[in-house]
Amino acid sequence: MTSDPHIKARRENIFVAIGVVFVVACLPLFVTDVYVQNVLVLTLMYAALSQSWNILSGFCGQISLGHALYFGTGAYVTELLFTKFGVAPWFGMPAGGLVAAVIAAAVGYPCFRLKGHYFVIATIVIAEAGYLLMLNWDYAGAAQGIDIPVRADSWAKFQFLRSKLPYFYFALGFAFVAWLVTYMIEESRWSYWWRAAKDNADAAESLGVDVFRSKMAAAALSAFLTAVGGGFYAQFVSYIDPESVMGFQFSLLMALPAVLGGLGTLWGPAVGAGILIPLTELTRSFAGGSGKGLDLIIYGLLVMGIALGRPEGIVGAVTKRARKGRP
Amino acid sequence: MSEPLLDVRGVTQKFGGLVANSDVSMQARKGEILGLIGPNGAGKSTLFNAIAGVCKPTRGRVFLAGADVTELGAPQRCALGIARTFQVVKSFETMQVVENVMVGAFVRTSSAREARAKAADVLDLVGLRTRANAMAGDLTPPEMRRLEVARALATEPKLLLLDEAMTGLTPTEAQQGVELVRRLRDSGIAIVMVEHVMEIVMPLADRVVVLDLGRVIAEGPPAEIVRDERVISAYLGERRRARRA
Repeated sequence: MTSDPHIKARRENIFVAIGVVFVVACLPLFVTDVYVQNVLVLTLMYAALSQSWNILSGFCGQISLGHALYFGTGAYVTELLFTKFGVAPWFGMPAGGLVAAVIAAAVGYPCFRLKGHYFVIATIVIAEAGYLLMLNWDYAGAAQGIDIPVRADSWAKFQFLRSKLPYFYFALGFAFVAWLVTYMIEESRWSYWWRAAKDNADAAESLGVDVFRSKMAAAALSAFLTAVGGGFYAQFVSYIDPESVMGFQFSLLMALPAVLGGLGTLWGPAVGAGILIPLTELTRSFAGGSGKGLDLIIYGLLVMGIALGRPEGIVGAVTKRARKGRP
Repeated sequence: MSEPLLDVRGVTQKFGGLVANSDVSMQARKGEILGLIGPNGAGKSTLFNAIAGVCKPTRGRVFLAGADVTELGAPQRCALGIARTFQVVKSFETMQVVENVMVGAFVRTSSAREARAKAADVLDLVGLRTRANAMAGDLTPPEMRRLEVARALATEPKLLLLDEAMTGLTPTEAQQGVELVRRLRDSGIAIVMVEHVMEIVMPLADRVVVLDLGRVIAEGPPAEIVRDERVISAYLGERRRARRA
């Protein structure tokens, strides 16, 4: 069985991933600048978030531009539990994930009956409704948000004043876990069901695929992981309000790396985030205060370039070339 | 005689004012090839959809091996052993040929390795092994038809519904198709096939059901069907007239 090229390729993937994690884990030895470390944390976080988004939108084909809702849910659940009940973020983050998964199922139940663009519009509208809800919910701080008191470095409370490194390693672990989840799913029947449902729902149903249930499962898993990222981000920035964790830009920032890197591919989100996030942060710092929006212009140009030249994304283009090169 | 594998009892299917099937009853037995013929618009595909679980009939019941499956959806019916192909092929175009077939195999196993092995076997059976790693969207139309059959077979059906699976094939390819269907029948599967090409369905079918305007107008061995007056006027007649003209 080891000679099977398919199994060999999968084994190669896991070795590459471990190698990448090792190299990235060594980066702080050379990178001591706090600003650059900050960019690294965000890059890893968006790699993980985009990987989560890719489960629903890439594999299952249900393009969501409302994932900010799950990101914000994770942030709010984590911090409400932390500030009001003293529950450590280690429990808050998975709790946020579960709440987000339930919301995703509730959103999916009516919305998965919609097709194509109508589904996309519905996700935007529902996320916007969630944003407005948080803006007016006094218990959760409404527009003022929640300030997370940081008194001392603590692993128990997962907060650190001076060093970014604990966040960095958590983000690295999170990115690896999100990758690993995708990796394991890729060769499970769920991913086959999702891709079949995406390509042709009627044919999938005739082959025993419960399309609706498959989509619900993809949505719940995708939302869970996204919300864990939201909880992490809240701890990282130690202040949240509706704009800073539920704004539409988060939905975009989760989708774009996967689109750039390759929709529905294992490596696409990580590759895309590795290019996009540093690029955004750098333009932002070069352009300074006057350049607000410049990063989004660059995004727009990149997406247009991808759409025109390589609609399958970077990873898609590379694998296509490799397949053609094979005898 | 043993209990029929497929038992359609009085199925009526209305779409608004249109009656696509009217009180259709028919049976198919294990190890039997049942031909389903009729002119365009006779309700053949509608009946297929009622059997496969795409549409719930307005009236009537569908039984599989004695169990009432009328209320079940297409995925559950597939799990119980009903598989089908589509008249207009519906491949998973962004997936490899072998992956297309694996989707079908996953209804019987949750292991990707077993599904892959099963898919390889089925691709051998339909003669698509050399194309296993191609994208389904890159196949030629006749290859896509074979892929439809392969996918359906990977679900290990007891009842196989073939909707014009031989259309558009060259005579050689059609001959291979005919041999495959015979082999499947001999392995104990019941096959219901809708086919327009009489030269294929008449020698192949053990029994033929003729639909016209949504009703069963005749049923019996092919040799009797071709002599049946109602059938000749409803269906074969059109062709004969056309040929003489």
